[in-house]
Amino acid sequence: MKRFLIPLAAFFVLVIFLAIGLTRDPHDVPSPLKDKPAPAFTLPQLAAGDKNFSPADMMGKVWLLNVWSSWCVSCRAEHPVLVAFANQSKLPLVGLSYKEVRGDSDIDAGKLSPDDELRLTRRRASAWLAERGNPYTTVALDVDGRVGIDYGVYGVPETYVIDKTGMIRMKHTGPITSESMKKQILPLVAELSK
Amino acid sequence: MKLRSLLVCCALMFTGAAMAKEAAPMAADVEVEKRMVAISEELRCLVCQNESLAGSHAELAQDLRREIRKMIGEGKTDKEILDFMEARYGDFVRYRPPMKPTTWLLWGGPFLLMAGGIAALIAFLRRRAREAAAPELSEEEHRRAAALLDQSNS
Repeated sequence: MKRFLIPLAAFFVLVIFLAIGLTRDPHDVPSPLKDKPAPAFTLPQLAAGDKNFSPADMMGKVWLLNVWSSWCVSCRAEHPVLVAFANQSKLPLVGLSYKEVRGDSDIDAGKLSPDDELRLTRRRASAWLAERGNPYTTVALDVDGRVGIDYGVYGVPETYVIDKTGMIRMKHTGPITSESMKKQILPLVAELSK
Repeated sequence: MKLRSLLVCCALMFTGAAMAKEAAPMAADVEVEKRMVAISEELRCLVCQNESLAGSHAELAQDLRREIRKMIGEGKTDKEILDFMEARYGDFVRYRPPMKPTTWLLWGGPFLLMAGGIAALIAFLRRRAREAAAPELSEEEHRRAAALLDQSNS
């Protein structure tokens, strides 16, 4: 009897490890940017043609940076949660429109001039927000995805919580659900806003 | 995005034509291209996680390869380029992550398992050797065996 005990115990340890493994999302890779300053950038805004947006503009505020795109299917699922957030919170929610045109495999962006691509980006992003509601205080246009690389974006949507000193305090990969909003993001921003 | 990239990854796997779309490197770029491939083989594509950056057709991988080419053009060293990627995507982006407290188990785990296996094997072999060496017959049994042999000899 005793000789079976050790393999049996080893088997259960293995089962426990595998069970824990099953509950984890391999796409949720911890970001090295946590507790580091939000990378600086200057990008054109969606609303005002000649104005730029830069994270430095947000110093002294707790704010959210949400990376999205109109071709991103999960962003559609996430959008109502963001709209609800914008309706009840006073915190700024900045959108980063990520590769709106060239990220869409239906369009051959290589044929467009940079000006045309920016124009098309504006048109598509505005149309999407007009249709589904606009939760963003500002939308910055990352046409070529270069700023996305600096933020370690690898799957839209992604959301960053940035504190008053400009530090990234949390990165949420994948669509925010009403549950993750309630359990993770809202408690953190309440804590940071103190 | 995830689903979409997955579909793109899968679709590209089955189309030879899509591979042909990758531009052939120009003669002047051969060195840059060689270094780019060497570096990107060390890096994981975070979209198709089991592929290297060199082998992945995900859009992000293409962007990052372009970025690596640009950095090579700027005269950055391999280490600077790997550090650039690690600062943005974390240790996970490296196929050979650096040794540090959070990765000790990752690096040491297989050796721990092997040491455990060897210890178990040694314990098993020792026990078997002991059992084999143990006296097979008691004195009483010896006597009976001798008696039986005597009987059959006579």
